[in-house]
Amino acid sequence: MSVPEELYYTAEHEWVAISDATARVGITDYAQRALGDVVYVTAPSPGARVTAGDPCGEVESTKSVSDIYCPADGEVTEVNPEIDEDPGLVNSDPYGAGWLFKIKLDSGDQVPPGLLSAAEYNALTAEQE
Amino acid sequence: MPDPQSPAPRRTALAAVHEGLGATMTDFAGWLMPLRYGSETAEHNAVRRAAGLFDLSHMGELLIAGDGAGAALDYALVGEASAIQPGRARYTMICAPDGGVIDDLIVYRLAGGAYLVVANASNAATVAAELTERADGRGATVTDRTADYALIAIQGPRSAGILAGLTDTDLSQVRYYASYPAKVGGHDALLARTGYTGEDGFELFVRPQDAVSVWQELTDAGHADGLVPAGLAARDSLRLEAGMPLYGNELGRDVTPFDAGLGRVVKLDKPGDFVGRAALAERAKAPAERRLVGLVGKSRRVPRHGYSVLWEGEPCGTVTSGAPSPTLGRPIAMAYVSAGAAAEAGSAAGADDDRLAVDIRGTAEPAEMVPLPFYKRPAGN
Repeated sequence: MSVPEELYYTAEHEWVAISDATARVGITDYAQRALGDVVYVTAPSPGARVTAGDPCGEVESTKSVSDIYCPADGEVTEVNPEIDEDPGLVNSDPYGAGWLFKIKLDSGDQVPPGLLSAAEYNALTAEQE
Repeated sequence: MPDPQSPAPRRTALAAVHEGLGATMTDFAGWLMPLRYGSETAEHNAVRRAAGLFDLSHMGELLIAGDGAGAALDYALVGEASAIQPGRARYTMICAPDGGVIDDLIVYRLAGGAYLVVANASNAATVAAELTERADGRGATVTDRTADYALIAIQGPRSAGILAGLTDTDLSQVRYYASYPAKVGGHDALLARTGYTGEDGFELFVRPQDAVSVWQELTDAGHADGLVPAGLAARDSLRLEAGMPLYGNELGRDVTPFDAGLGRVVKLDKPGDFVGRAALAERAKAPAERRLVGLVGKSRRVPRHGYSVLWEGEPCGTVTSGAPSPTLGRPIAMAYVSAGAAAEAGSAAGADDDRLAVDIRGTAEPAEMVPLPFYKRPAGN
């Protein structure tokens, strides 16, 4: 299972890449494996205000549906336009082409509170195995 | 997370093979089974277009033998087992005295006259106990033979071509729901033309010690034809597209065969009494209160087991199974809905009529009622 060192994580299996006061958000390799084939993603709309810890979208897979929890406070600036056509990108490239949306962070260049490091996320998923 | 209180799940003779293939394993009815090997959608599509290989060794096999075996099953089940010709099989059910379904079954009449009853893994112990009780004093013995069989299924339009290279049995003579003692790759097998996918295919009952060889020989023989191993996730979406009921979803103690649209399996005209006869005879005469229907979602959100079905905004039923259909490219579901709503939705059905909907986590998502099955294999496959 892949857990890139440079990313931050939530306990609900989102990953966050931070640059220029913006967070790019997706679901982790662990999450996509647990879900199975992703068939549909509902992401928050550009311009929406989002709050850390709140559900802000859904990932539908063949077997189940899961909420996406917002990893940080801010404003949604962009949604990955490829995902609607090809939701399988979430499975094939969860940390790359399968990203879901971007948030302009209220915390600016500071890492938002409450996120996990790769090591902490690894420990969490090891417990859940 | 594994529950430390629950016993470790049983391993089939093929468990190590699945693990070697990198399968995601899951505890299913007390058995460690492959959920998927890679993409379950790819496995589903392979079965529709080529062939898939399934380990079904978790299914329960019960042997009913003795001079009274046929009569005992006629009393114990809603079907007429004694009318099955040797070498043939029937889909049937075992019901409670009130007509509720205890399990759905396939009954094979073996060449020697005994019967092999195949039960769902989750119900196998219950069915064994019920059959034993119901056969008591009727000249039949009931033996749980689950541990003596591995069950391997090959399903899909290319199944017969792949299997033909491994057996001397002339598969063109094996009709649907027929079974024969056969050799597959040199190993003894009961070869049956049955399945749970909506495709042509075969189920092979083999000795557990032969299972790995048979699996490997089928894998090698089918490689060039696109045969892939397929897990329980694909099995579930395949059976749903084919409109086949799953115990625990469409079938249960609170459901009669008539509710499920399967009243044809209840042989009220067979001689003698059988468990559930009085209740089922009443039920057969009464107008249906609810119907099992097919739904196709108009949005991309998927109706799931337990969601409410709405007619003009009011609850009129419950989804029993739902999934994104790989073949249709849209969400599909089976649901029990009130007979009234089913009749109205059936006559009103149209692409722009949004009165029928499924409550998907608080939002009414319009759906269309369609005849079951969702998928029927092309003629000639």
